[in-house]
Amino acid sequence: MMSARMSTLASLRGDIERLEAHGDGYALNKVALGHAGADAALRGGLAAATVHEVFSAGHQSAAATGFIAGLAGRLAPRRPLVWVRQDFSEIELGALSMSGWAELGLDPRCVVSVRAADVDTALRTAADALACDAVGVVVLELWGEVRQLDLTASRKLTLAAQSSGVTGLLLRVAAQPSPSTAESRWIVRAAHSPPAAPLTLAAPLMPAAPGSAWGAPVFDAELVRNRHGPLGRWIMEWKCDECFFAEPAAYPQPVAAAPAHRPNQAFQRRAG
Amino acid sequence: MQIYALDDKAARCGLETGQPLANARAICPELMVFDADEVADAKILDDIADWCDRFTPLVALDPPHGLFLDITGCAHLFGGEAALLRMICGALTWQGFVVSAAIASTSVCARTLTRGSPGRIVKNGEEAEAVNPLPVSALGADAAITTGLRRAGLKTIGDVAARAPCEITARFGGDFTTRLAHALGEGDAPISPRKPLPDYIVEKRFAEPVTTESVISITLSQLAHMLVAAMGKQGKGARRLEAGFFRTDGAVRAIVVDTGQPATKAQVIDRLFRERLDALNDPLDPGFGFDLIRLSASRTEIVVQQQRDLDANVHDNDKLADLIDRIAARIGGRRVIVHLPQDTHIPERAVWTAPAQHHLAASSQAAWPARAESEPPLRPLRLFEKPEPIKVPFATVPDGPPHHFTWRRAVHAVVRAEGPERIAMEWWKQNGEVLTRDYFRIEDEAGLRFWIYRDGLYGSELVTEEGKPAPANWFVHGLFA
Repeated sequence: MMSARMSTLASLRGDIERLEAHGDGYALNKVALGHAGADAALRGGLAAATVHEVFSAGHQSAAATGFIAGLAGRLAPRRPLVWVRQDFSEIELGALSMSGWAELGLDPRCVVSVRAADVDTALRTAADALACDAVGVVVLELWGEVRQLDLTASRKLTLAAQSSGVTGLLLRVAAQPSPSTAESRWIVRAAHSPPAAPLTLAAPLMPAAPGSAWGAPVFDAELVRNRHGPLGRWIMEWKCDECFFAEPAAYPQPVAAAPAHRPNQAFQRRAG
Repeated sequence: MQIYALDDKAARCGLETGQPLANARAICPELMVFDADEVADAKILDDIADWCDRFTPLVALDPPHGLFLDITGCAHLFGGEAALLRMICGALTWQGFVVSAAIASTSVCARTLTRGSPGRIVKNGEEAEAVNPLPVSALGADAAITTGLRRAGLKTIGDVAARAPCEITARFGGDFTTRLAHALGEGDAPISPRKPLPDYIVEKRFAEPVTTESVISITLSQLAHMLVAAMGKQGKGARRLEAGFFRTDGAVRAIVVDTGQPATKAQVIDRLFRERLDALNDPLDPGFGFDLIRLSASRTEIVVQQQRDLDANVHDNDKLADLIDRIAARIGGRRVIVHLPQDTHIPERAVWTAPAQHHLAASSQAAWPARAESEPPLRPLRLFEKPEPIKVPFATVPDGPPHHFTWRRAVHAVVRAEGPERIAMEWWKQNGEVLTRDYFRIEDEAGLRFWIYRDGLYGSELVTEEGKPAPANWFVHGLFA
């Protein structure tokens, strides 16, 4: 009787410890992205064993895909990655191409793709994969507003990620942010390549000077939710050779009129 | 129009198959006529064959109306050959079919007996004796041969067999002689069973049909244990498992589950089936209950025992393979894929998406081409399976990139471009003319990066019949990050 009570007490204490550990952002296992500003806002880097959301507009999906690929590459470069997507999103956004994946400096051998017929299947498959600790990262790609991904479903994903140590990344294309238990939420757009001679009618095809090759993946990433730190918006470049995010060297005045806070080194605190 | 089949009542009126419909109507004006549906007939024969699977795994179709059952080594399970014959005929008659069956040691002999003297069981060596008194029509040869034999005065099979084989062959052909020999028990024509023989079968029969889900799932897990025990004795593991649910009313449902690596644990098999049954679009319908549930391993492999404890990597791979099996059991093996590089320049064929269950090991050792150091990505991250056409009003120079283009109803102005990267199609693999593609990397004013191409070369490929330059088609093939 006595021992039973003791063990109950011990297990309760364990539960409380576990809850506290997750409540505290500093105890999470962090992976630095490489971009100084973003890492500072995230207090050291992106938290593993949680769920992060990346939103993008429909035509910006490739940038968001690249950003997620980069995050996955930082979080678990050698471990299997499960990429769950719907059939429809493959038609709408194009299939994930492993040639392009390899061009980003990532390892296509780690990638297992799952094509789900509908949202329910995709959610369930993602939850299953998140619960399997042999996997490094699970990416769930969803197109459009998804009624099924409510707070409960989001909580399920987070719990699965916490118990197994797998990181979940949600790619939400053409969707509005809704309440969720995600650790962080990003809105990603494509950003201009660093400067080179822009194309003009007079000199249509200037061969790019060596070293100044344009076309490296550059993202305009806005952190709109961060449970344990400030928000911000940064221009990040994915370094394909070294596999980390970096500040683009001497980012120029954007061609389009820039929003007031870009590029931004200072944190922008936002309510919510 | 002819009569294809008729029932007993019509036969009593004096009608027969093959008779013209007009004659039949004249004999029997109140005749009811339906169109023959050979597809439905084939379907019902297939269903009966499914039902017959409960007696033996080797069931062959003998269209249009026959089935062969190879009952070698099975009869004793049903109380002997006579009891088995009674059981099959009784059950089918009860369902409303007209059955004639016979057992013999060669398939052709058994078929001949069903036409001449149904219900007989002929021992090995007594075939000639049993078949000889039957009419030649029982052999089931062409109508021309049967008529020819009758005209020649050979009424029974015995009469024909008494003639020298060379005479028969000269008049009716070699095939007929062979068939005759088989019917007499000299040699046998092999039957081709519908399904290959499973490596292991375990099954459970119920005196009282079961309908509840819990009993079915308990039965499946018991069967899984029995199957694993049987396979374990020979060091085998199952790669493909099939569960057969035999309903009392004759309907049979088979559910197949594939595994990526040999399954040797009952819990794994049990779990895979649970996932599969859970995800069925049309759930298992017990109807009046299942009276037989069978689990068979149709493909097995020898299991290589590995040292698990010390090598964490192997352990992880096992877990990943388990995960893939579970997902595949639920949503189908073709939907869980790994990627393998292919030796081709054609972008859409450069990667082969293969089922992960069977190619996981291959994909983890695949050699991908190394990327060029300090170059931006040259291939897009998102590739459209079908390149999407874009509207290009004009390109700056004939071979150059477009100035702006319209894709999905939005206009994109080209700010930066690099190219062309010329990719010729593999003419040695394709029929007809295929156009060379000029690919460009494009960045628009919003920073979006596209991979577009022009189909065909100016001057050489893009010419009209009069020799003038033809307009080019442009496509978006992919999107860069």
